[in-house]
Amino acid sequence: MPEVRLVGVTKRYGKILANDKVDLTIKNGEYVSIIGPSGCGKTTLIKIIAGIIRPDEGEVYIGGRLVNDIPIEERAIGYVFQNIALFPHMTVWNNITYGPGVRGLSPGETRPLALEMLEMIKLSARSDAYPSELSGGTQQKTAVARALISRAELLLLDEPLGALDVKVRAELRHELRRLVKDLKLTALHVTHDQEEAMSISDRVIVMKKGKIVEANTPIELYTRPRNLFTANFVGEANFLRGAVAQVTDNGAVVHIGDDLQVMTNSKDKSLGDRVVIAFRPEFTSIGERETLNRLSGKVVDIIYSGSIGRIRVELANGDEVFVKKGLSFQRPMLGVGDNVMVSITPENIVVYPYPEGGLDRELALE
Amino acid sequence: MALIRLVNVTKKFGEITAVDHIDLAVEDGEYLCILGQTGAGKTTLLRTIAGLLKPDEGEIYIEGKLVNGVPPEQRNAVYMFQQFALFPHMNVWQNVSFGPVIKDRSSEEVKEVSSEILEMVRLADRKDAFPHELSGGMQQRVALARGIASGARILLLDEPLGALDARLRVDIRRQLRKLVKDQKLTAIHVTHDQEEALMIADRIAVLRKGTIEQMGEPHEIYSRPRSIFVAGFVGGANFIEGNVVKIDSSSSSIEIRGGYEIRVSDTSKRVGEKVVVAVRPEDISVGLEEVSGSNNFHGKIESATFIGGSIEYKIRLENEETVSSRILLSGNLKTYEATEGIVVSFSPEKCFVFPYPKAGLLQEIEAI
Repeated sequence: MPEVRLVGVTKRYGKILANDKVDLTIKNGEYVSIIGPSGCGKTTLIKIIAGIIRPDEGEVYIGGRLVNDIPIEERAIGYVFQNIALFPHMTVWNNITYGPGVRGLSPGETRPLALEMLEMIKLSARSDAYPSELSGGTQQKTAVARALISRAELLLLDEPLGALDVKVRAELRHELRRLVKDLKLTALHVTHDQEEAMSISDRVIVMKKGKIVEANTPIELYTRPRNLFTANFVGEANFLRGAVAQVTDNGAVVHIGDDLQVMTNSKDKSLGDRVVIAFRPEFTSIGERETLNRLSGKVVDIIYSGSIGRIRVELANGDEVFVKKGLSFQRPMLGVGDNVMVSITPENIVVYPYPEGGLDRELALE
Repeated sequence: MALIRLVNVTKKFGEITAVDHIDLAVEDGEYLCILGQTGAGKTTLLRTIAGLLKPDEGEIYIEGKLVNGVPPEQRNAVYMFQQFALFPHMNVWQNVSFGPVIKDRSSEEVKEVSSEILEMVRLADRKDAFPHELSGGMQQRVALARGIASGARILLLDEPLGALDARLRVDIRRQLRKLVKDQKLTAIHVTHDQEEALMIADRIAVLRKGTIEQMGEPHEIYSRPRSIFVAGFVGGANFIEGNVVKIDSSSSSIEIRGGYEIRVSDTSKRVGEKVVVAVRPEDISVGLEEVSGSNNFHGKIESATFIGGSIEYKIRLENEETVSSRILLSGNLKTYEATEGIVVSFSPEKCFVFPYPKAGLLQEIEAI
């Protein structure tokens, strides 16, 4: 069974550490995504698991077997990458049945496998079509079918939806996850799109500069990120600098400048600690009758995108807070210049120690 | 007067009509997005405006002047595409000041303009770096800085954020719009990303098969889509087939599969007409009780997907129809664990009603 385990995996390109002593276990049947900014080492990592790149140090185990010296074709994996690699002069059927997966099998043995794959991607009726006659999404599904015809139980997906239009991408997410779950595969999926990662995976791994900085379920990662970088990378967030002004039984009270204080439920901070508080724009209330953590400010900008209003509020201390609200809840409509109350309930605030290198550097996406 | 005006512009490649008799006017200082799918003709349209392609028919006016015969460099417009095309052997400073130099400005002036623009794109401290030492986002900003330094007042941006990571894209969107507005430039920005267009544009032109399917402010396109295609492509929607069975002064009733009825505020259709009702996922609420004044359907949750900040439910209704509902989370992460006994509700005002498409609904939706 394809449990994947990496122990101390390191890969250097000259002076650059692409993977820095990475330890990782992917459980059998799990759908795991890796996200991180460009150059974080996520593509190197999946290629090491695939056997396309050899690690400089560390061990790679697939199904309990050390595979460092095992070539890609003997690792029993299906590998799909961004650039849809179908043969343009071959039909869907021939693309699926041609390739390393079914090498050495007779046509009689291949046929039922191919039929099953076509059924699975709901493309039985188009088996005679050429890639150019199919949409990008359908071509990529064909590539997945080809990768799986070998009965691989481990599917490695390197930006599989990256070349597709946003809309198609969102549709295919569901299908890809369903496929992996129905076939009881184990999947590792590299993407630059956090929304994709969150909606498709059981667990999301965040990488930065060659290291795994956090691995968690999508909902935990989003609502209780363990570090500042993750909080910013997996979705937009407000970050306010402050210092602990009071420690109560309920948690630390953080002074954020001017006479503004924010009650948090953080229990591990001490009086005087420099901290950063973080909270999500959609978990922030505006003009509503909350009682705790009311901060007065002025609306400086509103952008509507579809059903969502993105409102920027400048607080009395000069900080800006960004609030995201569904428009149907926004009555009466707000306008730029309006004085408003912004509030955040303590359970929606995460408190971090102030980073040594400064906040901007910690949050930098590039 | 419009700064850029296209009259009846057509561009063909062999058998394919990439741009089909397009009329378009862009105001001075406006940020326009051309939104469309791969193959809709949006890049062709932009390249035609830039002067990189010659239209087969029609006229292009910039600042009131017919520019059909005017070469790209004399159109007061700079065309920027997804691959940033910086000079790899030049550092940031040289890349940015290259434009003004070739425009014969004095070296003092070049220095001043370049510094100011680098400051603006927040890269002043990286002016000695070479492109390969910069991240994609930074390279993109250098390319932008170079475009602006050239002195052109019109930016023609072809998927300018396409090569960036999703998260970075969100930040750069804001910066890009701010830059255009602060510098009082005019921008035409081509994208396939409807969220990007909704956030960045003053107006959006939705392009489909070489023609403009709808044009308007983001809010207008989102809240009053004129076709099934626009409703599905911009924002997304659930589509439900039905027949108009009753019309009164303030609403119509539409019978859908299983003999159920949906009440809609649209009264413009005829009794007996076959229609498609579109409801946006975010306009469908999920609860345990019926909401008065709304359309209510009982159903069961098939899946709940957390997409950072919102939850998307797929719900099978009592008439076997499946709908998606997207709920923006607002603090308490109340999710529905029970799969049975769920009520989905949507208000009659939130239903768009379209005539049933001639080629069938599936055909129309599959194009989205």
